[in-house]
Parts: sequence; C-alpha cells; structure tokens
Amino acid sequence: MEAMNKQSFKERIAAYRRNPFSFFLAVLVVLSAVITLTVLVALLVYILAKGIPNLKPELFEWEYNTSNVSMMPAIINTITITLMSLLFAVPAGVCSAIYLVEYAKRGNKFIPIVRLTTETLSGIPSIVFGLFGYLFFNIYLGWGYSILGGALTLSIMILPLIMRTTEEALQAVPDAYREGSFGLGAGKLRTVFRVVLPSAVQGILSGVILAIGRIVGETAALLYPAGTAAQVADGLFSSGRTLAVHMYALLNEGLYMEQAYATAVILLVMVVCINALSSFIAKKAGVKA
Amino acid sequence: MKEQVMKGVFAAAAALSILAVALICVFLFANGVPAIQKIGAADFLLGQTWKPSNDIYGIFPMIVGSVYVTAGAVIIGVPLGILCAVFLAWFCPTKLYKVVKPAVELLAGIPSIVYGFFGLVVIVPMMQSLFGGSGKGILTASILLGIMILPTIIGVSESSIRAVPMAYYEGSLGLGATHERSVFFAVLPAAKQGILAGVILGVGRAIGETMAVVMIAGNQPVIPNSIFSGVRTMTANIVMEMGYAADLHRQALLGTAVVLFVFILIINLCFSMLKRRAD
Repeated sequence: MEAMNKQSFKERIAAYRRNPFSFFLAVLVVLSAVITLTVLVALLVYILAKGIPNLKPELFEWEYNTSNVSMMPAIINTITITLMSLLFAVPAGVCSAIYLVEYAKRGNKFIPIVRLTTETLSGIPSIVFGLFGYLFFNIYLGWGYSILGGALTLSIMILPLIMRTTEEALQAVPDAYREGSFGLGAGKLRTVFRVVLPSAVQGILSGVILAIGRIVGETAALLYPAGTAAQVADGLFSSGRTLAVHMYALLNEGLYMEQAYATAVILLVMVVCINALSSFIAKKAGVKA
Repeated sequence: MKEQVMKGVFAAAAALSILAVALICVFLFANGVPAIQKIGAADFLLGQTWKPSNDIYGIFPMIVGSVYVTAGAVIIGVPLGILCAVFLAWFCPTKLYKVVKPAVELLAGIPSIVYGFFGLVVIVPMMQSLFGGSGKGILTASILLGIMILPTIIGVSESSIRAVPMAYYEGSLGLGATHERSVFFAVLPAAKQGILAGVILGVGRAIGETMAVVMIAGNQPVIPNSIFSGVRTMTANIVMEMGYAADLHRQALLGTAVVLFVFILIINLCFSMLKRRAD
C-alpha cells in the first residue's frame, strides 16, 4: 500500500488542492486521532500532577483511621480479592476453554449455548453483577458483606474474558503439536496438559493479567457484595473495600479530596503497569506462536 | 477412565457460564418482578415521580435519563471512534501505530471511578464556567461516556475495517479516486456491519455505566428539560439508594435493575445477531 501511493509532500499538496473534499476527510481523521490522544494525555497528566504532591507517607500506614485516611488496608484487600477471584475464575475459564477448543465436536449442540451465555455475561454491566452478588451471597446464602462474596462475584464477571483469551491461545497452537503427541502414543488428556497448555501459557497469562486490571478497577460490582469497611478484612466472611471502592467512599464523603487524588494516582499507576505487562506478554506469545 | 472423568470436568466448567447466567436471571427477576407487580407495571415504568418517602415509585425519569445520556454518548463517541479507527487502519504510519494503539488500549483499562473523578474535577468546572449552572447534567455525562466508549468502538471498528479485502481499496484507487475517497466510500461501507456491532457494544457499555455517571450527572430524579439539566440514570438510582433502602423501596430498586437488565439483554441480542451476520 505504501509503495503504491508514494507521493512527495509537494505532490500531495497539489493533489489535495485538486480535491478539497479529500483534504477535508484527511483532516477529520487526523483530528479525531489527535482528540483521542489529547483526552488520554490530559487525564493522565492532570491526575498525576494533582495527585503526586498528595502522596504522603501517612497514606500508607497499616491501620486506617479518620486522621490518616490510609489506603494501605484497601491495597491489601485489593490483593486478597484479586487472588481469590483468580483462584475461582482461572481454573473454570481455562477448563471450559479446553472443552470448547479441544473436546467439543463440530455440531455439538452445547457449544452455541455456551457461546451465547458467555457473550451475555460479558455484556452485563457491573452494577448488575454487584446486585446479583448481594442477593445471592449476602442474602440468600447469608454471608453478609464478605470479601468472599465480592471475589466470587468478580470471578463470574471475569470468566468470559479468561475463556475468550484462553480459547484464542489454544487455537493458536498448531495442530502439528497435537498430532505429534498423539503419534507418540500420548492420550488426549496428556496431550492437552503436556503439549497444548504449555505452548499456550503466555497467551493465557496475558488474558489473566487483563482480568487483574478489571478487578483492580472495579467498583460497582464490589460495593454491595463486599461492603465498604475501611480495614483489612480479617477473614473470608468479613467486609473490606478495595482501592477503587475506597476512592468511591472518599469521594462520597466529600471530605478527602486530596486523598482521593492520591488514590487515583495509585490506581492509575497500577492499571498502566498491568496493561503494559499484559500487552508485553501477549506480544511475546504472538512471536512464539 | 481418567480421560472420561476429566472430559466431564471440562464440560462441567463450560456449563458454569450457563449456570451463572441462569442464576443471575433467576435472582434478579425473582426479587425485582414482585415489586413491579405490587406497584403496578404501568405506574412503575411510566410513573413520573420517584418519592420513596411517600411510597411513590415511578422510574420513567430514570429510563429517560439513561436513554438521553446514552444517546449523547453515541453522538459524541461514535463519529470520533470511527474516524479514529479509520486513522489506525489506513492513515497511521507504522511507527506511530505502536504508540497510538497501546494508548487506545490504555483508555479501555482506566477504571470508571477514575473517569468519574476526572469528570468531576475537570469537565464539571469547565461546564460551569462555559454554560453556568451546576455543571452536572446530560451534556457533561454524555461527553464523559462518549470518551469511555471510544476504545470499544475503535477496537471493533478497526478490526472490521481491516477485514475488508484489499481489492476494494485498490479497485477504487484504480478508478482514479483519491486515497481518502477510496477509504471512505469503498472500504468503510463494506465494513458497516462490523462497525454497527461495535456501536451497539458501545451503547451497552454506556447504558450500564454506573460509577462515572453517578458523579457527574446531577442525579435529580426528574425528566430533564434541557441538555444542561441534571438527570438520574437507572444505574445511578440503584447505586445511590441501595445502601439504605428497605422493604418496597429496596424491591423497587431491584425492579429498576430488572428493567436495566432487559435493556441490556435486548442490546446483547442485537449485538450477537449482527456479529453473526458480519462474520
């Protein structure tokens, strides 16, 4: 494509002069890209510039109280809830992707239903997940505000993401690998676990990291299942707020704008790092496959 | 033996997503529908007053609010997103692409609470100084939601633009059209189904967005009379009052969630159908 329309700058100007409408279209396209990038840069710069001066050491004290408004307990809760959600969602997501890619035969009636429900799940807004978690775990099962309920709610939310990325990673494994393994006398199960999964592990990992990013940034789905206790949760069945919920609570109280800026910085830095890591691993996986 | 057991385990895992959707439907409908019946479907859906203290539960203003804000987000986000996708697919030099593409992905990764905060401390004051008033309202929410649905629209549109065969572009170029005209009038129309699917996905995101909207929409439960007046969306209604609501009030909020859920299911269905057709 580039070789085809190699034009010098002068030729291009002349062409645009003959075709003002094309020039107009080109300007629109470039302008929209500039606007999109400007918004992103403005958001990042504004929050970093306002937030970094507010990062004070007392924000990272172990215990939360109203004078230090520490976010440390929230950070710890975020890590616990993330790990717990992954504990449920990753095995479930990977196993179901294995079923869809490796086991299900063409024309299996079960598959379209699974696809439809997965698509539905990925379209459900997080507030609906939050309400479901509240109704099911807190009330029906009687757990009350609990980080376990929050983590299970989130694991349902990230299930479609993990399924889809795992499916893509499994499909990228060449069939020759499977045939080679069968040819050496290995069974289906051994082939899946010894040959297919190890070559797909990077693709799966990048999906898992993407899921971590969604968990870290999630507020609406956690607010009601896990509650807003500002301390480190002291058990699976006690309430605890993650960093994003912490930020919501600060803004809701309206008294702690400085601390909210600082929390926003930490959230942004976490999300940027998680995104970068995910695409780095995805790129490595892409080169390998 | 072991093979059969593990196959069963994998199949059971695949059934989990079916189970999850079934449970979500059952629990939402079982808890929300009785309230709608008790209040009366017409009074609930079309009632213009939401006054929990007087036991009056009409969510029409919230339905209108969600629709207005979503429409605003589409008006702002869709043209910008499609043009940006065209830029990425046909105008962007390779070196620049390595910067712009991750930037768009990052836009998708930023938590909605951070977007809401940004809206609150940047867009709301800007609106205040430009148009007066509180700065919170339909227009503010539409701008922020328009930004938030950008990555969805850009992602889906870009991949469907890239899926159009090169021959379309080359043919148009061969007939003497310029690069821009070829892209806009030969390639883009061929990608329209995929782009439409992306737009629908964006609509779903916008109507379901909660945390960002609740901070900047004003949240008055009345039907707005201008694009600057405050609105309350269905999602905001749920998240604001669920914490302290009891009895019929609580059930009415769950009823709101049922209405939202039905909206989402319809949008999802449209998306799935379009995607199948586009594939």
